[in-house]
Amino acid sequence: MSESNSVGIVKAQVAHFTQPLTLKSGAVLPQYHLTYETYGELNAAKTNAVLICHALSGNHHVAGRYSADDKYPGWWDNLIGPGKPLDTNKFFVIGLNNLGGCHGSSGPSSVDPLTDKPYSATFPVVTVEDWVESQARLLDYLGIDQLAAVIGGSLGGMQALHWNIVYPERVRHAFVIASAPNLTAQNMAFNEVARQAIITDPEFFDGDYYNHGTVPRRGLRIARMLGHITYLSDDVMGEKFGRKLRHGDVKYSFDVEFEMESYLRYQGDKFAGEFDANTYLRMTRALDYFDPALDYDGDLSKALRRAQAKFVVISFTTDWRFSPARSREIVKALLDNALPVKYAEVTSDHGHDAFLMPDPYYHDIMRAYLEQIKV
Amino acid sequence: MINAKITNIRPDFALITNWVNAKAKVLDLGCGDGTLLTHLHETLATTGYGIEKDDANWLAALKNGVDVIQMNLEEGLSGFEDQSFDTVILSQTLQAMHNTESIVQEMLRVGREVIVTFPNFGYWRNRMQITFGTMPVSKSLPYQWYDTPNVHLCTINDFDDFCVQHQIQVIERKVITGGQDVHLLPNLMGNLAMYRLRKYSA
Repeated sequence: MSESNSVGIVKAQVAHFTQPLTLKSGAVLPQYHLTYETYGELNAAKTNAVLICHALSGNHHVAGRYSADDKYPGWWDNLIGPGKPLDTNKFFVIGLNNLGGCHGSSGPSSVDPLTDKPYSATFPVVTVEDWVESQARLLDYLGIDQLAAVIGGSLGGMQALHWNIVYPERVRHAFVIASAPNLTAQNMAFNEVARQAIITDPEFFDGDYYNHGTVPRRGLRIARMLGHITYLSDDVMGEKFGRKLRHGDVKYSFDVEFEMESYLRYQGDKFAGEFDANTYLRMTRALDYFDPALDYDGDLSKALRRAQAKFVVISFTTDWRFSPARSREIVKALLDNALPVKYAEVTSDHGHDAFLMPDPYYHDIMRAYLEQIKV
Repeated sequence: MINAKITNIRPDFALITNWVNAKAKVLDLGCGDGTLLTHLHETLATTGYGIEKDDANWLAALKNGVDVIQMNLEEGLSGFEDQSFDTVILSQTLQAMHNTESIVQEMLRVGREVIVTFPNFGYWRNRMQITFGTMPVSKSLPYQWYDTPNVHLCTINDFDDFCVQHQIQVIERKVITGGQDVHLLPNLMGNLAMYRLRKYSA
């Protein structure tokens, strides 16, 4: 991707909310703030807004760079920009950091205005439902009644789906990508191991590490290493690393011997240096708890009965964490409600990570569909 | 469904249109670029979905405004409820299916009516080529024996027997050659067979 179709230099903004938010758990946030970015221009009729919902470790910085020498662009920069599949010449794109996050929105590591100290472990457990509610309030704040589209991958796809359950009249098109109607036991098990790695780190201090001057880096690192294994396919790991040795031959030690270990340690270290452990716990819990069918006799079709958007559901063949079969469950529920839906199963080697990659077929789908949306 | 104005429609598509009711809910298996569904929508205000496995066709169908589901028909129609469509269509794909028997059963489960079309292997030109010692290659069977996707070719008589054996009611049958109806000796003179089917009600 050339920089010529980048959204360019971007700046995050903050919206403060003083109307209390009652969370699904019953806990109440008396006030909170959401950090967000926007790209493109909101048209006069306010019909061209697209909301991007982020996944486990994402945030509001979806596209563009903060400065000319910023090393990395936003996390979905390959999709969003002038002339890109999600064309910012046409659409007004909003990315936000979800509540409980660690990139600027109210969360465990942000300062509680009531105490002037980090919320720390006292920040409540948040759910997909809570996020959609807070996103709806952000739209109110921006003066947007209805979204041209809501787009999300993975945990973001769950939010995109949930929008259609609680605010069906506010969504015209919904993209549910590499997602699932709930997590399987195996999938939740990965989350539990990740959380246990964090919680049992001696530097975690029951989540109050900010006040102890520590960071549960080891736990977070292991959590991320585990996550990475599940986001890749066996094939892509084989292709990328195989059994390649780091130093040419084995050392009969427990240091890095294989290239794969080096990669995982690098990813783990990088993540542990920039992500908040308390946020990680909450994001994985939000994944676990999401199960919209639960309130409808376990019937996802019933849960989506009020939906009125047009849907695009996309899965990736080697994604075993959010497998095509799970996307097909969503498609079935949409079919049962005779809703317009396009479902693509993209052949990719990249496992769950594929939804963030610029696969030509995948991006052709996004481009062709988004071009058809009238604003 | 917006784009694609069809001027030159395949003759079997035009005939299929006669077998679909206005505003019917239609499922087109192997919908290609969505030409048939678009035509049905424009002429009969039908709704429904296409199923397509191939990426390029899938994308073309999307561009034609068709609600298209990417999946392999060989795996059945488990994502579709019983009797949830007025008409389920399989046009000129039956002969390339491996699970031929089960896809017909699945279509009859999902649709109140089923339309199946296929090239008639009993057509005299095919028989001639066999008689002279080669596998038939023609406009309707354009493949060489070594590269054909067609694994379950049949004749009209074969399919009639199949329907009897499987308790399938033939509501209508039409046999055409070069766009013209064939009434005399259809299994010999007909190039393309079209069937409108439903389950025998007990």
